[in-house]
Amino acid sequence: MSGVTKQFLDTVANNNVSFNLYGDEICALLGENGAGKTTLMNILFGYYTCDEGQIFIKGEKVNLSAPKDAISRGVGMIHQHFALVASQTVLENIIIGTGAGKGIFLDLKGARRDIVALQDRFGLQVDPDAQIWTLSVGEQQKVEILKALYREVDILIMDEPTAVLAPAETDELFKTLRTLVKEGRSVVFISHKLNEVMDISDRIVVLRAGRVVAERETAKTNARELANLMVGRELLENLEKKTIEAGRPVLEIENLSALNDKNLNALHQLDLVVRRHEILGMAGISGNGQRELAEILFGLRHPTAGSVKINGDALKFGSPTSAIRLKMGRIPEDRIDTGLMMDLTIAENLILENHSSSDFHRYGLMKSKKIHQFSDELIAAYDIKAGDRDAVTKSLSGGNLQKVMLARELAGRPALVVAAQPTRGLDVGAMEFIHQRILQERERGAGILLISEDLDEVFNLSDRIVVLYEGQIVGAVRCEDASREQVGLWMSGVRH
Amino acid sequence: MIGFRLIKRKPLPAWARVVIPIAAIVATLVLAAIPILIAGGNLWKSYFYLFHGALGTRYNLLETCVKASPLLLTGLAVAFAFRAKFWNIGAEGQLLAGALTATALGVSLDGIPQMILLPIIIGAGFLAGGIWAAIPALLKTKLKVDDVVSTLLLNYVMIHIMGALLFGPLQQPDSSWPRSSAIVEAACYPILMARSRFHLGIPLALMAVLIIWFINSKTTFGYQSRAVGVNARAADFGGINTTKVILWTALISGGLAGLAGVGELCAIQRRLIMDISPGYGYSGIVIAMLGNLHPIGVLFSSLFFSVVIVGAQTMSRMTGVPTYIAEVIQGMALMVMLIFLLFTEYKISRVRKK
Amino acid sequence: MSELLDIAVISGLIGATMRMATPIIFATLGEILAERSGVLNLGIEGIMLMGAMTGFLVTFSSGSIWTGVVAAALVGMLLGLLMAFLAVDLGLSQHVSGLGITLFSSGLAMFIYRLYVGSPTVPPTIEPFKQIALPVLSKIPLIGPGLFTQYSLTYVAWLLIPLMSILLYKTKLGLKVRTVGENPVVADTVGVNVALTRTLCLVFGGALMGIGGAFLTLAHQNMFLIDVIGGRGWVAIAMVIFGNWDPFKGALGALIFGFLDGLQLRLQGFGIAISFHLFLMIPYLLTIVALISVSRKAAVPGGLLKPYRREEKGG
Repeated sequence: MSGVTKQFLDTVANNNVSFNLYGDEICALLGENGAGKTTLMNILFGYYTCDEGQIFIKGEKVNLSAPKDAISRGVGMIHQHFALVASQTVLENIIIGTGAGKGIFLDLKGARRDIVALQDRFGLQVDPDAQIWTLSVGEQQKVEILKALYREVDILIMDEPTAVLAPAETDELFKTLRTLVKEGRSVVFISHKLNEVMDISDRIVVLRAGRVVAERETAKTNARELANLMVGRELLENLEKKTIEAGRPVLEIENLSALNDKNLNALHQLDLVVRRHEILGMAGISGNGQRELAEILFGLRHPTAGSVKINGDALKFGSPTSAIRLKMGRIPEDRIDTGLMMDLTIAENLILENHSSSDFHRYGLMKSKKIHQFSDELIAAYDIKAGDRDAVTKSLSGGNLQKVMLARELAGRPALVVAAQPTRGLDVGAMEFIHQRILQERERGAGILLISEDLDEVFNLSDRIVVLYEGQIVGAVRCEDASREQVGLWMSGVRH
Repeated sequence: MIGFRLIKRKPLPAWARVVIPIAAIVATLVLAAIPILIAGGNLWKSYFYLFHGALGTRYNLLETCVKASPLLLTGLAVAFAFRAKFWNIGAEGQLLAGALTATALGVSLDGIPQMILLPIIIGAGFLAGGIWAAIPALLKTKLKVDDVVSTLLLNYVMIHIMGALLFGPLQQPDSSWPRSSAIVEAACYPILMARSRFHLGIPLALMAVLIIWFINSKTTFGYQSRAVGVNARAADFGGINTTKVILWTALISGGLAGLAGVGELCAIQRRLIMDISPGYGYSGIVIAMLGNLHPIGVLFSSLFFSVVIVGAQTMSRMTGVPTYIAEVIQGMALMVMLIFLLFTEYKISRVRKK
Repeated sequence: MSELLDIAVISGLIGATMRMATPIIFATLGEILAERSGVLNLGIEGIMLMGAMTGFLVTFSSGSIWTGVVAAALVGMLLGLLMAFLAVDLGLSQHVSGLGITLFSSGLAMFIYRLYVGSPTVPPTIEPFKQIALPVLSKIPLIGPGLFTQYSLTYVAWLLIPLMSILLYKTKLGLKVRTVGENPVVADTVGVNVALTRTLCLVFGGALMGIGGAFLTLAHQNMFLIDVIGGRGWVAIAMVIFGNWDPFKGALGALIFGFLDGLQLRLQGFGIAISFHLFLMIPYLLTIVALISVSRKAAVPGGLLKPYRREEKGG
């Protein structure tokens, strides 16, 4: 791929990128969130078209306008969110769109034979007649790989494949990838996880802010160098964290158990305490119960057992109003779908939670002057770069969106702040701002539960660290006493 | 081969929100030339009689207002509901519910003075329409039943309820047709302008426009209803009781449609017949979309529609173009408006394929 | 009441059930095809009306009844194409596009009819289809005469039901259609042309809807009246849901409606006062009940199909 440029509205996702892939290798595409890795590969896969640039596959110039073209040229891509139809079977998902069959009819028996053969060859055992929704994430990924193999791809692109895998499943995946390469294929491994990249790849290409900043052979580099290349500077934030004595508990979770959407156990007899002036960092890989825990605290989900107390008052489950009344500032993981109303103005988003308080409302009427004042103050305080308070929220960038979220949630000086993945997908500047703000809340006296996959964030901000694994706390330690190795082990399920 | 793709464009400035519907109306009128020509009508004569027939004389103008009244109400009803993303396709049934209630009261409550009787009938009609809309709203909020289909189905249930009653208890005693007895004099809407059919319902409808506008832009409920429409999940997260909001939205929406039914009964027909509504409820959907879900927009688009409907009668008489051109124009208007709305968000870009 | 149990009456009822169900079967199958590919086609009532009108006018002017049927199918295909343009290519709101087409088609149908025929005191008629008795089968006692003495279009409808089922579940195209309906993003990634698939389904679905409408003016009656469709299009929408988007179950729903329709006519003939309107309400109420149970199960993953993505754009 040479000279590839791709622009979305205001953002240049790929800027004159040149990328080469050689045979029989695993090449890692490394970069932070938003660096442009997925976009670049989506172009190779034909899902997007580039504004400028050319692509050559096996020396031949190609014009890819749809995934179909890419697939016919031997390029397959497995996205972060699997492209599987939940209610159909493994078999149906694999053969869809291929020519498999006799005339116009499907040949299920023949397909099953071929797929089982593939499974044995590569060690990807899954029941062909199982419906996708019944499979575990790791198994679903195997189906995705089988899909690609069935179509005889030479180039397999995997986008953040280990984001949702347990360590054991990751090992299995790496074994599979190595087998694939031995058989003559190439793999592009998109990731932001340094250790894995060091483990599995032969070559590494680093993207930053839409440009290629470096190419290294894995054997000749190290994690520190890569980290610097990824971020452009040392991974140290300029954070001032004062030593404060933690106060009385603001959040007490006792014996909390819950099911996830598939009716499997998500949380199991969880106990947790967060105190005033304290940041409790909850580390762990996504999918171990963080989402369910956050949803319960936010009032969006009912647990099956247990209690939650905020400053001694019981939280009424399933009621966001209860959480708001108990003075919980809530930063949800998915700010766009769950937290903000994109088609409304910034002001309208800012007053969402207290629009019916007497400050802004009387006899059913909104007090516009007060609302405008309130919004302007917050926009200034949080340095939200937008037109003005009446600008439509969806015109804001990710960092500014999160600032709106924070402004709204922290405006009421909450006693407890629950932040789930607060800086996911944000640029470094926004990230720093938000971290500063969280520390300010800590100083003010709030207790903060920080749920984050980003270990740097957890280590930089927390007073205490706990690790959530398979719905339980498997390790708890004071930040000063903690080592990344130890926390990493806990995250992988290795206790003590 | 050159293909086309739709890509998102930057938001258009505010004036576009007013210009686009007007452009759609103009475009529709231009497109209307096609069926006129096919019908063999003289173009200029047809357009002339279309407008003259609707606006040319005092009587015509007032008649246009009369025709606009139910359209305005159903248009408001649908727009109000759509704003909260409650897809109320059932305005037709809610209208009939209002008409039915007005009939039941209007034939039986003899002897009550008009000043008392009319408010009772209006209130009851509003309530009946509201309840008929609240049922699918309940189904949606409590049981996750799709509102498009449930409101649609209830239209037919109401038609059959009406039919059953008109062949039964409500039937005029000495008739074999499905029609009710005439309502009492006191229950009829007074005519406000001499030598016309301009009735009480028209200022009522205009008041409704103002009230809905006020609710939408100034009240807390209007804010909540918009929030729920834009992102129900986030509204719920923020503590808004989405169920309550949707139910009240449905009540008001259905009530407005019910008012349209009361109007048709008490002002125009004065007795209940099966054909009391020639699809006003469905036209309301088109009117709401054309008006971009805004009360003032609905006002103008309902006027446009009534001009077309009333004018088509005269045009038909004078040029031989069938009156059904009115429906054709309605359908075209909707499609044109939808396409124009699309281009406020997207633009076409060429994609070269080999 | 005992008169109802007379064999002749039952036989007649069975025949009537099949007859009344036929247009709905066509319409339901057409709508299933559309919805399975992910598009809710609310233009069905209008398409059926255009089909009825076109079939009638073409037969009236050409004298050939099968030409009328073909013309109705073609018109249905054109309108299906229009729906595809609006809802698939432009990605407009599906239910508003569909309603726009219904409004437009209804107006257009009446407009063209009035243009061609004018306003005669006696509406024109045509020579309609005749019922055909299948040789051996129609001699079967009790059910024979009713079931197997039908219009040819009805027999076609019967054949279409299993054909549609085979298409959806046993062919490559069917798998594509189902995948597009379940998850168009996935289908696109795999190389299925989502827009083309949906367009084809809408076009052929439209053909079926047009034929369903034509049945009403070419077989059921022999003239064209403004309310000839009478809401059957909406019934089909309901039957699709009632039948869980499955051809056989949807046809079953159509049969129930046909039965109730036939029953109420006979009850009227027997002077039974119960308003036939109450009877006609039943399919709608049944569908609402079906909707409730479907929606509840749809909360369980993989439980029941919710094949149409209302605001989903393809590709």
